[in-house]
Amino acid sequence: MTAQAHDSHDDHHGLGHVLPVKMLAGVLGALLFLTLVTVITGSTYLYGFDLAIAMVIATTKATLVCAIFMHLRWDKGFHTFAFIGSVLFVGVFLAYTLTDTKQYQGDIRAYSIDETANSAFAAPLQDPIPHAHDGDDHSGEEAVDH
Amino acid sequence: MVFLVIIPGIPAALGNFALPMMLGAKDVAYPKLNRFSYHLWLTGALFFVIALLTKGLDTGWTFYAPYSTSHSDSAVIWATMGAFILGFSSIFTGLNMLVTVHKMRPDGMTWFRMPLFIWAIYATAVIQILATPVIGIALLMLTIERALGVGIFDPALGGDPVLFEHIFWFYSHPAVYVMVLPAMGVVSELISNFSRKPIFGYRSIAFSSVAIAIFSFIVWGHHMFVSGQSDIVNVVFSALTFSVAVPSAIKVFNWVATLYKGSISLDTPMWYALAVIWLFGIGGLTGLWLGTLGTDIHLHDTYFVVAHFHFVMVGSAIFAFIGGIFYWWPKMFGVMYNECVAKLGCFLAFAGFNITFLPQFVAGSKGMPRRYFDYAPEFASYNYWSSIGAMVLGVGLSIALYSLVRSLMGERKVAPANPWGAVTLDWQCTSPPPPHNFDHAPPVEGPYDHELVRWKESLNGYEPVDPVDGDPNLARMGSAKTV
Amino acid sequence: MTTASADAHGHHGDHGHDHPEHLAHHFDTLEQQFDSCKLGMWAFLLTEVLFFSGLFVAYATLRANNPEIFSLAASFLDTKWGAINTVVLLISSFTAAMSVRNAQLGETSKLKANLIITLLCAGAFMGIKYVEYSHKWHAGLLPPGLENSMFNPENPWVPEAAHHDIDYLKLQAEVNVMTPEERVHTMTTLGRFFGVYFFLTGLHGVHVLIGIGVITWVLFRANRGEFGPDNFTAVDLTALYWHLVDLVWIFLFPLLYLIA
Ligand SMILES: [Cu+2]
Repeated sequence: MTAQAHDSHDDHHGLGHVLPVKMLAGVLGALLFLTLVTVITGSTYLYGFDLAIAMVIATTKATLVCAIFMHLRWDKGFHTFAFIGSVLFVGVFLAYTLTDTKQYQGDIRAYSIDETANSAFAAPLQDPIPHAHDGDDHSGEEAVDH
Repeated sequence: MVFLVIIPGIPAALGNFALPMMLGAKDVAYPKLNRFSYHLWLTGALFFVIALLTKGLDTGWTFYAPYSTSHSDSAVIWATMGAFILGFSSIFTGLNMLVTVHKMRPDGMTWFRMPLFIWAIYATAVIQILATPVIGIALLMLTIERALGVGIFDPALGGDPVLFEHIFWFYSHPAVYVMVLPAMGVVSELISNFSRKPIFGYRSIAFSSVAIAIFSFIVWGHHMFVSGQSDIVNVVFSALTFSVAVPSAIKVFNWVATLYKGSISLDTPMWYALAVIWLFGIGGLTGLWLGTLGTDIHLHDTYFVVAHFHFVMVGSAIFAFIGGIFYWWPKMFGVMYNECVAKLGCFLAFAGFNITFLPQFVAGSKGMPRRYFDYAPEFASYNYWSSIGAMVLGVGLSIALYSLVRSLMGERKVAPANPWGAVTLDWQCTSPPPPHNFDHAPPVEGPYDHELVRWKESLNGYEPVDPVDGDPNLARMGSAKTV
Repeated sequence: MTTASADAHGHHGDHGHDHPEHLAHHFDTLEQQFDSCKLGMWAFLLTEVLFFSGLFVAYATLRANNPEIFSLAASFLDTKWGAINTVVLLISSFTAAMSVRNAQLGETSKLKANLIITLLCAGAFMGIKYVEYSHKWHAGLLPPGLENSMFNPENPWVPEAAHHDIDYLKLQAEVNVMTPEERVHTMTTLGRFFGVYFFLTGLHGVHVLIGIGVITWVLFRANRGEFGPDNFTAVDLTALYWHLVDLVWIFLFPLLYLIA
């Protein structure tokens, strides 16, 4: 029943907005291109801006997906408002927690050093176990004295 | 109590029943999702029962790490999974309410013609949707940590226990408003209807609900003043905490202003509403002491906190819930309960509650810590009075329950469509309502225009006044109604 | 979620006279029904965003406090597989968006084709995840509570000298030159990194699996010729969900794989 149901109005439909194939394909192209960019920038040293650049690229990609693939650009404004609102709340959550967490890391570190004094990692990592015979697992002993 | 009773109490139980009717809608937007959320609630409850029957739970509802992840031997995973499932039940209720309010409003029901109960449920839904998933992930992380020893929260492995508190309270402070906002909505309805006066400051109450919902996301750190949280964050959280007091106070002042020169009829639901004003007043104001950095360090983890929390959660949320049940009972089952018995229950519960928890403020400020099974001898008299109060409270609540159950048995006293003279749409259909709530779409007017209904002796209830031909003076006769 | 909201327009053929075929009886118009479903789905997506946010916060605090250890940790992940998975997921997102278009225009056979491609991509994604996970399982790059984890603080797992010990030798070279205190800290932090890594990708993987289930269900309905201009809500909502899964991965990929 559905095969011949549509005709001229590709753009404005009763219930939703129909996206042209060209636009969808264009977005896919842009997304793939940005992925390539992020892989390249991710593997070069960028003077401490690596994370910022990676996040800018990821946010651009996310915006493309939201605006076009998820129809937000043509959808009810409230959906965009709500979605951005939720991202802002995540921002508040992250910002507070990150501001706070540095202060007591030293305490945690000190506590964990006490607690893990007898941990297996106090000794150097052993060499892999050879197949047939016992290995010499004191090979790294000197390293402790550094 | 928190996850199984207070959180779903008003939004899910009363909200699902009353909200579509008050809105003038045939049903909530997703009836099936609604039932699914009920089944989730049952499953979550079952998990908690299993936790109780196996090894019990000794972490409290806060599940603080690293005790819950690395040390406790009780049935933590059953309980966290139970709370996880209950969280999704709560999310789906909120989602349903949000969509219902947005999309199911009939013509004429504008945002500012919605009863304040709907505004409150709407604000609650926002919190449920945005905050509850965070407790879900917190509990999931805790479960995984406990099962796989990841060490995210365990300081012995270098993890960060305060991080758990951050993630936990990011939900659990807003959750306090999931519990208390709907209660405020119920009280707004009751105060206006039983004062037979339009609510004072309709818009400010409506906006204060939304403001509370938004503010509630930025104050969670006031639960963590002594956790090792950094000083700057402490100060910011303390200051922001006071900002939440503003919209809460707006509501209380507006309720009191509504009572002023109202023609008050003291039916059972109204007694509960008045009780809530008193109890929430005390609970809310003592909250300010706890939001102040200096006093909090003295009062932290004492019975003062216990008393404060109970005044807000039980005194406000549960009393409003019970008041709401008494209010909508005639609509739910089409029967009236015995007013005298119901009022007796309310008085005893109110008195018992105050006798139980007022002494705890004193004991707490004198240093009695919470979460110990015993107390020092100098706290004996406070505990003595608390015990007596608890028994009176128990008797009062039992009488209230009895009055409700009794109304369904034996000779029923049939309820009219509108026993209270309320103007919201839920009272314009029959009691109990037909399957799709309204046989004919009701005309939508302002929710608190009490001149639109008048007392009719033969119905033993109120009937709508035709706004065109009716004599507006007749509506004032409502105050002459005998109880 | 998707299922329940899409179910809201099940068949009520014999109800009201003026009721269109796909309209549930508590709605007045198709438009109201469609808008309700869409708003509900968006509300659900908001919960998903906040649901993942807890893990991102855990990730961010861990990383902010141990940046060097995190870049060491990331060097154990294979950027190649991460990048391939990103491409696979982006393509599936494209076909999901296409399938909405097809449903809106009533092009049933194209709709089915696009859904099948989406499913294949999802399957490929999970296949690659399986390759990555099994590599880490054999190499002992696991949360510290597991017995065969080389970060297990009580009894760290030591590989036999065979194919899978390259990671181990690299780690050994890095940490054996440290002081015992530093080494303990590094090893426990690495353990936490892999805990968070498995948790984040695992939770994302669970979402992919749920997506596969829902898309399969939509495909069955498409096969029955159910979708058309008046009734494409299920396809639309499923696509929205699938895009969200993609969104999460868009952030996970640089955060986990590209921080070395
Ligand atoms: Cu709080």
